[in-house]
Amino acid sequence: MRHAAHDVISRRGTGLASIWRYILAGLGLAALLVGILAVVYLTAPHSAPGPDTARSKKTASGLFVASFEPERGVIRQGELQSWLLTLKTAAGAPVEGAAITVSGGMPQHNHGLPTSPQATDYLGEGRYRIDGVKFTMSGWWQLRFAISAAAGSDSVVFNIVL
Amino acid sequence: MRRLASVASLAVLAVLALLGGCGEPEFSDAEKKTIASLALNMLPALKADTTNQYADVPAAAALGSTLFFDVGMSRDGTVSCSTCHKIDRQFQDDLPQAVGVGRTNRRTMPLAGVARDPWFFWDGRRDSLWAQALTPLENPLEQAGNRAAFAHYIKNRFGERYERIFGPLPDLSAVPANASPLGTEAEKTAWKAMPAGEQEDVNRVFANIGKAIAAFERSIEPAQTRFDRFAIDLATGAKPEGDAAFSAEEILGLKLFISKANCVTCHNGPRFTDSSFHNTGVPPVKDLPPDRGRADAVTQVQADPFNCFGKFRDGDAGACRELRFMVKDGQQLVRAYKTPSLRGAATRAPYMHAGQFASLDEVLAHYSKAAAAVEGVSEVHPLDLSDRERAALVAFLKTLSD
Ligand SMILES: [Cu+2]
Repeated sequence: MRHAAHDVISRRGTGLASIWRYILAGLGLAALLVGILAVVYLTAPHSAPGPDTARSKKTASGLFVASFEPERGVIRQGELQSWLLTLKTAAGAPVEGAAITVSGGMPQHNHGLPTSPQATDYLGEGRYRIDGVKFTMSGWWQLRFAISAAAGSDSVVFNIVL
Repeated sequence: MRRLASVASLAVLAVLALLGGCGEPEFSDAEKKTIASLALNMLPALKADTTNQYADVPAAAALGSTLFFDVGMSRDGTVSCSTCHKIDRQFQDDLPQAVGVGRTNRRTMPLAGVARDPWFFWDGRRDSLWAQALTPLENPLEQAGNRAAFAHYIKNRFGERYERIFGPLPDLSAVPANASPLGTEAEKTAWKAMPAGEQEDVNRVFANIGKAIAAFERSIEPAQTRFDRFAIDLATGAKPEGDAAFSAEEILGLKLFISKANCVTCHNGPRFTDSSFHNTGVPPVKDLPPDRGRADAVTQVQADPFNCFGKFRDGDAGACRELRFMVKDGQQLVRAYKTPSLRGAATRAPYMHAGQFASLDEVLAHYSKAAAAVEGVSEVHPLDLSDRERAALVAFLKTLSD
């Protein structure tokens, strides 16, 4: 291709210099595009897609909809923090009087949680304070909640990636 | 048209430069972020300790400093805190196991930044700096004293200074010369014979000794190192000059530390510790008593009358969340020990909770091989580090001492 184009240009002489410029510009832009793609490809993380980090989801058997958020909005590594677990029925009614136990750990590190978080307070409207949550290192953490309420027992796992 | 062509040529040149590796950065943005998180300037201000109302009282720290270096604070008048926590040796003693009145079964921990720990000792068997300070005073292998004797000693020797800080000393005239719930049989008998009010009086003086020593220890903080100068320059985009410039080997060591070798997983933050407990398969020392680490410490800290739930705490129980939400059982506690800070580690061999390894190279050989734990499950996976990589990691760790 390039040979052919070059031949054409040589035969027609300098009168077609503007076409040559067009070709050069086109080649330059193409090279730029290839370069950008290469850089993006080389620097993008190649890890498998991470775990689902949704902060709100249906419990395993679909009894409840659970939402889990840090009480003060931000996660601070290495600090004891309180989180809020909000429980609604599938129909959207707040779940009251639930018994909640918490477990978890880091699936890729083979260790459990560094603390034993507990449901310490009921704040109304299906909101439960989960206190004593601490993430001591970066990576993929899991928190499992076993929930028992009038509607029945169910569980939910939240993934938190730091 | 001409402009389009020249723009295109410039773009081609820029892309070629990028792909050609001119000025290739030493660290990715993610690595730079991790490195910045380790620098000493990321260390937050020391938080107040509401369980010790004297924690930031200068007179208490001054008395604590006196007591820390006073060999009178021991059974035979030869051992002080500073016997093992040597001021010119990063407040440690270079021995595999500390030697007080007798030889203990644990390595002396250095004290820089100690007031920031949530748990004390290698196994976290105490939950405050002041409760920690009390423990060696009565350990028969360390200072080997007893709390009744300490109360008398404080009254006779430092009565005035004590009262200016803590208020009037109790009447100790009926208190036996030697008595403690943890002492010899005779001391235990003497303690049991004391009325509850007297026991509490002695315990109060004893707790205040710990609070004074803790007030002093709060001033012991980590110092800036070559690594910190390098990290701050890297974060600000300045070119590290002089001793802040890292050699190729030190850069490789730092890269390994935060990537392939996984060190930063536990040795994180500006103190290079997650302040948590891990079984890393460190072997036991022959002829020391069985040692199950954190697994036994959780019972001890709950039984300690000077813990955060006890009556000698100042302030409210809101300060006791670490104890309240402590993990109390499970396999992960067995032979789990606290992640030590790596600041200054290169110049304080031997390593691990009972001085198992004589050099950093032995430590890295252990982590590289990741032998199984004798009890419990090691969290460490084999790293298969080459000789060159191990040497680079050691070179990097030395930048945390210079
Ligand atoms: Cu982990």
